[in-house]
Amino acid sequence: MPTKTEPIWIAREPSKCSGCRKCEIACSLAHEKRIWPEASRVRIFMLVPGLEFPHLCAQCEDYPCVEACPIKALSVNKRTGAVIVNTKACIACGKCINACPGRIPHMHPTRKYVIICDLCKGNPQCVKVCQEGRWNALTKVPRRNLSFKLYARTPEELTRNLATKFYGEQGKEYI
Amino acid sequence: MILGYAGKFLETNLSTGKIDEVRLNDEILKDYVGGRGLAAKILWDRLGSHWEKVDPLGPENVLLFLTGPLTGYFPGGRICVSGKSPQSNGVVGSTVGGEFGVDLRCAGYDGIIVTGESEKPVYLFIKDSDVELRDANHVWGKDAKQTVTALTRECRELLKKRYPLYGEWKEPAILYVGSAGENKVRTAVVAAKWTHAAGYGGYGAVMGAKKLKAIAVKGTGSLPEVADIRRVKHLIKVVCDNAYESELWRRWGTGAGGYDVGARSSSEPVRNWQDEWHDERSYGVDQFENRVWIKQYWSDFGCPTCCLKVAMVKTGKLKGAITDNPDYELQAYLGPNLGIYTPEANVYLASVIDDLGLCGIQTGNVLGFAAELYQRGILTKKDLDGIELKWGDTEAFAALAKKIAYREGVGDLLAEGTYRAALKLGKMKKMDLLKFAVQAKGIGIGAHGIRSEKDYPEKVSYACSVQGGDHTSTAGLPIDGSGSEVWEIFNDSGVYCNFNSFGIPRKSKFAFYEAVTGIKLPPEEWVKTKAFRILQLQRAMLLLGGPDATWKPKTHDNNPPRFYEPLLNGPYKGKAADKAKVEEDIKEYYKQAGWDENGIPRSATLKKLWLEDVDKALQKLR
Repeated sequence: MPTKTEPIWIAREPSKCSGCRKCEIACSLAHEKRIWPEASRVRIFMLVPGLEFPHLCAQCEDYPCVEACPIKALSVNKRTGAVIVNTKACIACGKCINACPGRIPHMHPTRKYVIICDLCKGNPQCVKVCQEGRWNALTKVPRRNLSFKLYARTPEELTRNLATKFYGEQGKEYI
Repeated sequence: MILGYAGKFLETNLSTGKIDEVRLNDEILKDYVGGRGLAAKILWDRLGSHWEKVDPLGPENVLLFLTGPLTGYFPGGRICVSGKSPQSNGVVGSTVGGEFGVDLRCAGYDGIIVTGESEKPVYLFIKDSDVELRDANHVWGKDAKQTVTALTRECRELLKKRYPLYGEWKEPAILYVGSAGENKVRTAVVAAKWTHAAGYGGYGAVMGAKKLKAIAVKGTGSLPEVADIRRVKHLIKVVCDNAYESELWRRWGTGAGGYDVGARSSSEPVRNWQDEWHDERSYGVDQFENRVWIKQYWSDFGCPTCCLKVAMVKTGKLKGAITDNPDYELQAYLGPNLGIYTPEANVYLASVIDDLGLCGIQTGNVLGFAAELYQRGILTKKDLDGIELKWGDTEAFAALAKKIAYREGVGDLLAEGTYRAALKLGKMKKMDLLKFAVQAKGIGIGAHGIRSEKDYPEKVSYACSVQGGDHTSTAGLPIDGSGSEVWEIFNDSGVYCNFNSFGIPRKSKFAFYEAVTGIKLPPEEWVKTKAFRILQLQRAMLLLGGPDATWKPKTHDNNPPRFYEPLLNGPYKGKAADKAKVEEDIKEYYKQAGWDENGIPRSATLKKLWLEDVDKALQKLR
């Protein structure tokens, strides 16, 4: 378990994701006080049935989204390592989305700012519900020196990987 | 406006291409809740005056896709599909799991009302309030997987083009029909996610008749506001914690049934219900789990149970077949019912059924019926276009399923479903074939028999249900008891998965309704007023029936003849339904349901429920 003082990371194992979307429910309840899948900071993609996976910020070592922001609306929280959006400053230009190797950030569906996982100040609600259900597709771990950036993959890349893993050669027919 | 509802419905007339938003008044929503209940009300209001004349497969039928106030909140999202059923000629609330209902509510709609009939194949694309009918020629004739792939890609590209700054778009939720629906096969489903199906009722045929290939919806809003979100959160936890305690239920879903229901409770269809017992260890859940399940925990929106699993055949000549579990119903109907006892063969047949857009239960029922006729020499190889329909022959059954979906040769006849096929074939062969048809009011009986009395259905379960052979809504005595369909009406009208309600106290379910809508609804009141009103409406439309089938309570409020034949093998060998006892229970059921001795809802019953117009319409049956 991570200690209180060190940054955390949400380890993800997409092949364990059941597609129950409890993470979306928990995240939107925590951030928006209602069940709102599209306003969730973690989103479950199902481009192919059976190949659901959570898509959420990987906190890349070099934070290309933060670098790309033209008005410095994005910053890194030193304690948790999360990317924090200054919602008042954000102009919803989408540069951070293009800079992200996984195209993970997306716009808030009704407001003019981008939304990115804030790690719930170190106590991520998505992990909590995923663990409660014993799926363990999401796990909270200490953030050490690893290539977290590898986990910033586009929905298409992740789907292709899972299609191969589950459905083998014929998997690509379904994408 | 009542809380928990989006507040409006989408209506599209496919004959004119017109798309409107309609609102229903609060009183209607309060009385009929949503889903199945609301379907009965909408259908009665629009078609009740001339119900007998409405062709379920004609442009006049109204096809409904309805959520309920609990959709998305109660764990396990579903959507209810309804209309005048081409199987029972009444109303069936047929629900299917998935994200469709949630996306629809997030788009701002409680449901979709589809009327008319399109000239060309179309699909409906909904992105919040942007709604359009789009050409579906390129997916017409495509199977389930091809359709989902093509529409997922197309809709995401559209969204990307229209909202380039949004970021990555998730897939829309899609309901679709396969070739079976396109060809108006009465055992066709409205499907989702490759393998999920609203099967009972045959609404895939209605959708196909309207040339509506699919509906794709992406909603970006939140679920409708509720009365007490803290209470809702608490109740979600109650439902989930209950599910988390059932380790094997989560691990196997209903997939343990293929062996268990036959071996242990002797209530599984075996060779068209000639028996209900088998002890084939080759069909154990461990065989499915260890050989074909490639994803053991697969859920729909918010579901803690994951009764679904993804299955794939990895080796041998059936290699490459993908489906879900199969669940118990398809394990049974496309397994022992056809003399099949290997997981790979079962997965293969289920995947064929999925791809064609057929109902595994109804099609398994008609395949078993045909195979028994072949066994008895009533149907010959020639009658079956050269197919030798031997028990256990996977390829033969797959070939016949394809003929049914495309209405080719003998498939055209079997595409009418077991009841209608039995009548037509009976005429051709000049004999009574209904005795081999295991169905009630045009709907094949679900894979739970009554002869051993060790499973949940009762003597009147199928005989008196307003949804015929539907095993998910069976009648029971007493009418306010736990086996009664009044509680299923609640599940199907609130529109959530009843599997997550197993083990949940009744009062918690009604507390859930109150926390969402703010309306107090004691269970007793539900039974006496709302459920009863919905039940009477469904009964009335079932009895009015028409134009191609009508039910006479004296004849058709009954079990299939097979249930009166003794079980041939197993621990309950010799057991059969007792005619006299069944009649006694039917009489008692009529009494408790407020129906006269002929099974027609009494004037007094209907008037008490403010159903005067229904009473008037039923005068001619009395």
